[in-house]
Amino acid sequence: MYKKNIYTVVSNKNITANIYEMILSGDTQYIVKPGQFINIAVEGFYLRRPLSVCFKTENAFTVIYKVVGGGTEKMSMMSSGVKLDVLTGLGNGFDTSLSGNKPLLIGGGAGVPPMYYLAETLIREGRKVTVIEGFNSKNEIFYENEFKSLGAEVIITTVDGSYGVKGFVTDAFIEDYSYFYTCGPEPMLKAVYDKTATSGQFSFEERMGCGFGACMGCTCKTKYGNKRICKDGPVLLKEEIVW
Amino acid sequence: MVNTSVMLCGIKLDNPVIPASGTFGFGYEFADFYDINVLGSIALKGTTKNARFGNPTPRIAECRDGLINSIGLQNPGIDKVISEELPKLKNVFNKKAIANVGGFSIAEYVEVAEKFDNEDQIGILELNVSCPNVHGGGLSFGTDPKNVCEVTKAVKAVVKKPVFVKLTPNVTDIKAIARAAADGGADGLSLINTLLGMRIDLKTKKPVIANKSGGFSGRAVKPVALKLIYDVYEAVKLPIIGIGGISSAEDVIEFMLAGATAVQVGAENLVNPYACKEIIENLPSVMEKYKICKLKNIIGEAHNG
Repeated sequence: MYKKNIYTVVSNKNITANIYEMILSGDTQYIVKPGQFINIAVEGFYLRRPLSVCFKTENAFTVIYKVVGGGTEKMSMMSSGVKLDVLTGLGNGFDTSLSGNKPLLIGGGAGVPPMYYLAETLIREGRKVTVIEGFNSKNEIFYENEFKSLGAEVIITTVDGSYGVKGFVTDAFIEDYSYFYTCGPEPMLKAVYDKTATSGQFSFEERMGCGFGACMGCTCKTKYGNKRICKDGPVLLKEEIVW
Repeated sequence: MVNTSVMLCGIKLDNPVIPASGTFGFGYEFADFYDINVLGSIALKGTTKNARFGNPTPRIAECRDGLINSIGLQNPGIDKVISEELPKLKNVFNKKAIANVGGFSIAEYVEVAEKFDNEDQIGILELNVSCPNVHGGGLSFGTDPKNVCEVTKAVKAVVKKPVFVKLTPNVTDIKAIARAAADGGADGLSLINTLLGMRIDLKTKKPVIANKSGGFSGRAVKPVALKLIYDVYEAVKLPIIGIGGISSAEDVIEFMLAGATAVQVGAENLVNPYACKEIIENLPSVMEKYKICKLKNIIGEAHNG
């Protein structure tokens, strides 16, 4: 169930390279699961900007976004107090009931943010969480300490080896995990799919029209029929994915 | 107290606002957010004989004041639409809907239209002879007056419900196509479908849409739609459902002045899921502002004098 509402920018700051963290205050009751996303209307741009929820409280939520075009560039310049028209509570989100006791969370670059809300939820539910965060280089790393503060084990990988384990997230896999959750660029998701021994959940990205299931713009094929990434996803089970 | 009702081929609509095909699914999902019975009607997702996945993704590209889509008529096929989608709609919508009929041959249009014709929930059949995103179907029918006339005639021969033909703007002379539909026995016309368009990604130096191009719609196309509706209104004496970039109650009135009896709201639903509801709520006050008592009295008024 989603809802359109007006939210107020509480803070909006550059946390690393071209990555920004924005906190918005307002009604968060429709955000019910980690892995769900919100869709922000940015003045001057026709379509909304879909962003995964990084964290939520009773009266505010956090999104982390990468500046990739005009819309996110405009967002990056918004100061506190700005009012935004946002749809919240979009997408199916992660199912934490399948996690087992030692879930492994794997996030790549701009795919890291939903892992934070997920880690927080899983830890609150008494799970022992390990997070692998993958980046290209040291200057792109974010939220290492934030994940540690939640009580998660954190492994960082960088492609150029400038920090943590040199290589991709799949080069830093741990042996002992009960289940996995992942979000990141599609080549990474595919590598995780091939590497993982257990079942797990993948959060996908696709160019969306509406973000709430009306336009069929983001449909993908699965073993259980066509699914809309925005409405029936963005989270798909490993068992249903067709690459 | 103003009156927003209009008559469309003998069907009374409480107001002329109808979500356009392809922007509202089969309607019922929007019932989670508001009572969709406030709508004049609903134009359902384009339906073909067989289930279709549609085109490869990406099939959406953003533009200034609009978007390009290249969905390619994704739908579960007529039999599933009737057995699964219509019952779900019936639970939440007690008015007659408009069935949007797609096809790749005259026989297919006839078969799908005939099946919808037997459904009580359907008030009007809208023949989509103008989808820009399927090859060998839709658009090729809609750009040739002879085909438009033939497909209309063939469908009219087997159905009882009113038949509207949805026209493409991607032609040299839309009036010739409109006349062909009228000659085929159409009861009304819906226009416009999307304009052909393209975006190119500067980083990849390739078209954004996987199929390269698609159909452009949204607020930006409104003046194009108005002009074509104005022209068609003068060319044929058939009721028109006006479509193209409508986003406000003022736009509804503007389209009706140009000659539309009812309107469809398309792309705007995708950026604001409450668009139709808000337009309907704003209609009475905008009518009062422009001293309009009965909406049905302003149809085609821009042509007077």
